[in-house]
Amino acid sequence: MKNLMKRRGALIASLVLLVFILLPFAGFSVPWILPGTLNVVNSSGTLIVFALCFMFAGVAVGYDLMIGFTGLLSLGPVLYFASGAYVFDIAITRWNWALVPALALTMGVAFVLAVLLGAIALRVDGIAFAMVTLAFAQAFYFLVENNPHNLTGGDTGLALSNLRLPAFLSGAVSNTRNLYWVALAFLVVAFVVVWLVTESVTGHIFVAVRENERRLDVLGIKPFRFKLASFVLSSLIAAAGGVVYILVIGTAVPATVASTTVTISILIMVVLGGSGTRWGAVVGAMVYVYLQQYLVKVAGEPSFATLPSVLRVPLSQPQFLLGAIFVLFVLFVPGGITGLFARLGVGRDPSLDKPRWRTLSVAKALKK
Amino acid sequence: MSAFLVITFSGLALGAIYFLAASGLSLIYGLMDILNFAHGLFMTLGAYAGWEVTARLTSSIGAPASLTLAILASILGGALAAGITEVFLIRPLYGRPVSQILVTIGLDLAVVGLLMGGFGSSALQITVPIWLLEATHVGNINLPNASFLALAVGVVVLIVLEWFLRRTRYGIIIRAGVENREMVSALGINVGRAFTLVFVIGGAMAGLAGLLYALVFSGDLISPTQGDSLLIFAFIVVVIGGLGSIRGSAVAAVIVGLLQDYTSFYIGGHPGWAEIGNLSVVLLLALVLEWRPRGLFGSVA
Amino acid sequence: MPEGGVTALLGRNGVGKTTTLRAILGLVPSTGGIQLLGRDVAGLSTHLIVRLGVGYVPEDRDVFSKLTVDENLRLADAGTDARYDDVYSLFPELKERGRQLAGTLSGGQQQMLSIARALLNTRPLLLVDEPSKGLAPRIVSEFAAVIETAAKQSTVLLVEQNLSVVKRLAHRIIVLDHGEVVHTGEADDLHDDLLVRRLLGVAGAA
Repeated sequence: MKNLMKRRGALIASLVLLVFILLPFAGFSVPWILPGTLNVVNSSGTLIVFALCFMFAGVAVGYDLMIGFTGLLSLGPVLYFASGAYVFDIAITRWNWALVPALALTMGVAFVLAVLLGAIALRVDGIAFAMVTLAFAQAFYFLVENNPHNLTGGDTGLALSNLRLPAFLSGAVSNTRNLYWVALAFLVVAFVVVWLVTESVTGHIFVAVRENERRLDVLGIKPFRFKLASFVLSSLIAAAGGVVYILVIGTAVPATVASTTVTISILIMVVLGGSGTRWGAVVGAMVYVYLQQYLVKVAGEPSFATLPSVLRVPLSQPQFLLGAIFVLFVLFVPGGITGLFARLGVGRDPSLDKPRWRTLSVAKALKK
Repeated sequence: MSAFLVITFSGLALGAIYFLAASGLSLIYGLMDILNFAHGLFMTLGAYAGWEVTARLTSSIGAPASLTLAILASILGGALAAGITEVFLIRPLYGRPVSQILVTIGLDLAVVGLLMGGFGSSALQITVPIWLLEATHVGNINLPNASFLALAVGVVVLIVLEWFLRRTRYGIIIRAGVENREMVSALGINVGRAFTLVFVIGGAMAGLAGLLYALVFSGDLISPTQGDSLLIFAFIVVVIGGLGSIRGSAVAAVIVGLLQDYTSFYIGGHPGWAEIGNLSVVLLLALVLEWRPRGLFGSVA
Repeated sequence: MPEGGVTALLGRNGVGKTTTLRAILGLVPSTGGIQLLGRDVAGLSTHLIVRLGVGYVPEDRDVFSKLTVDENLRLADAGTDARYDDVYSLFPELKERGRQLAGTLSGGQQQMLSIARALLNTRPLLLVDEPSKGLAPRIVSEFAAVIETAAKQSTVLLVEQNLSVVKRLAHRIIVLDHGEVVHTGEADDLHDDLLVRRLLGVAGAA
């Protein structure tokens, strides 16, 4: 039965993926639903929104690997996301590096940061761990704002220069499609990586760390190594997401790239979608980013201004709506969107408070 | 030397405000295991409540009176917001600590968004009596009156809070509950009431902190995101001081306030080091967590 | 469990003795019903169950170390008929050390405080979890005397590993294994060494 479900899930996922791959060729308009100009599916605006959805979905699923599967509540993923965006930006714009070396440097820096900071943070547990990660992320934000050696551009940020980028990636309008596909490719890679890891023995040990760390210790498996591995992998995915972000958006500004608001957004995405499942994070991220962009657009519509201000003011603030939706979900739909589906009989029912998922397979893995 | 004294005074005033924000957070975590991310919201709402009062009443009753009322309003505003939050959002999630934390995150996001929509993201000005903008001459230095106010309020609150915790029944219940919530229940005491009380007290102090911060450090200007910017420092103070310890919050608040101001003044002037004040606080946190994870006065979690 | 006297809850380590006490108090969720003095209490909040008349002496004493002895007692004071005089006559040290922080008391003194807390108000049911744990034998017999006195006014459910204490105090025994009752009987059953070894895995004599 589970295999049937899995195969059905894979089939649906492939179909959806196909639709997304073909999306940039869809020249027709879908009124009301799409925020792009003229509501055309493959307009620049719409494609960029989708690209952002894909990018955050990838980052979110990587984040869920850490908080949902391994149970490490980190409040600092934005550090790696921002480092990905900024290091890449600096290498290309300030130092005139080529694409591949810049990419290598970015991932290298992210790896070193994740290993070092992760090792320090993981020396403590629970709330203290959350606070350390939050503090490090804040420190990075302050650092970036500080504009050391005039590298980051301080408050005004750093725009990505096109000079060394291969033609197909420069942010000209005609290349929006390519950026769209790059973002989609990132999501696919991130998802596949997380899927492979969580299905493997390592993934089972991650869950074991979340469920009962002490028992692992007794069995002679060192939890620290696995926690660090989960942390580093999650951070690398976030950093790669940062690179995609800067390619798509073109500028890195501290307030939008490095602030704790990003962490909170990603956290909400994961919980909204349903933590501890993989596609939950993807769905949650896409819904969240989409709503965020769309609501801004709706608020700008002329018909919107005719609403009475009691309605208009709250509705014009995407932040309010998203926050309110999130509160409602936490109160009434703790399993997130995937939880809703689970109640309808599709997939598992995740819950951030009482994770029950995979305890059997964990026990099997531990018996090895 | 006089610069040093002025900076010290300013750092102490900042410490007083941090203490107001952090002590409530610390009690809430100590008793309820909740990281209250809406605490910044309570600070912001307190500041807005104060602003509303001065905006409406200054012309009729004069600035000094309206300031007094504004202070009261900030306390009430914070307390009310906290009380509503606890009853409608926290209580239904009893037994689900992660969800409780998440709901405070969502609440903060939603209401700050609402404030941005309602008041615009630009800052509003609080009308204050003239003396608040002036400084008092002490010895051969000038110390800002607003800082005196913050310090005075901080000290008064500390004394009142300590009295409450040591001399009243609910104070004892709260102190016991921070140590061992379960055992308090096992003595026949309804801990739920203590939860609401702690939230309300925390909210009241947070509201006060929000208003005072605006008066002392942001030129009487308030904005929707002010409280959240303060919140990160409040968290840091709580962790350094030790979760659940009022004394810890007080000591840590002073240390953090002074550190921030000293480094900002003496090092922050140099090019490329503008953010050193903030950075040094974060560094201190990392150091404390590595050396003594439970904080200066905290008990083993 | 019948009313009155001392019933001992026995069993090897980890069979669920402490958990049973905690379930009665509502501190852990339970399936199946729990009735107290004819009332169904399963699912009630702990503090309501306690107010119905349950005193609790937990396994690790669980005194509030940052509160004074007086404050610890005051917390336990349910308001009506608190018998401070009786408690102080049983444990005069607690009166002397009223303003001392409970965390600085010795193990035996903390146990005094823990028992005093439970005895402060007359309660029909007393749940006592391993009162002899970690205490010197001389002190243990003093506590046994206290429990004996308390049992004249309350029903006592005693979890205890120390068989000499059990033999002295218990009128009836219930033995658990793997969370299930495997034997109920009179205290005299404990004199049967074979039975004791089978049920508890220890030699009979203490």
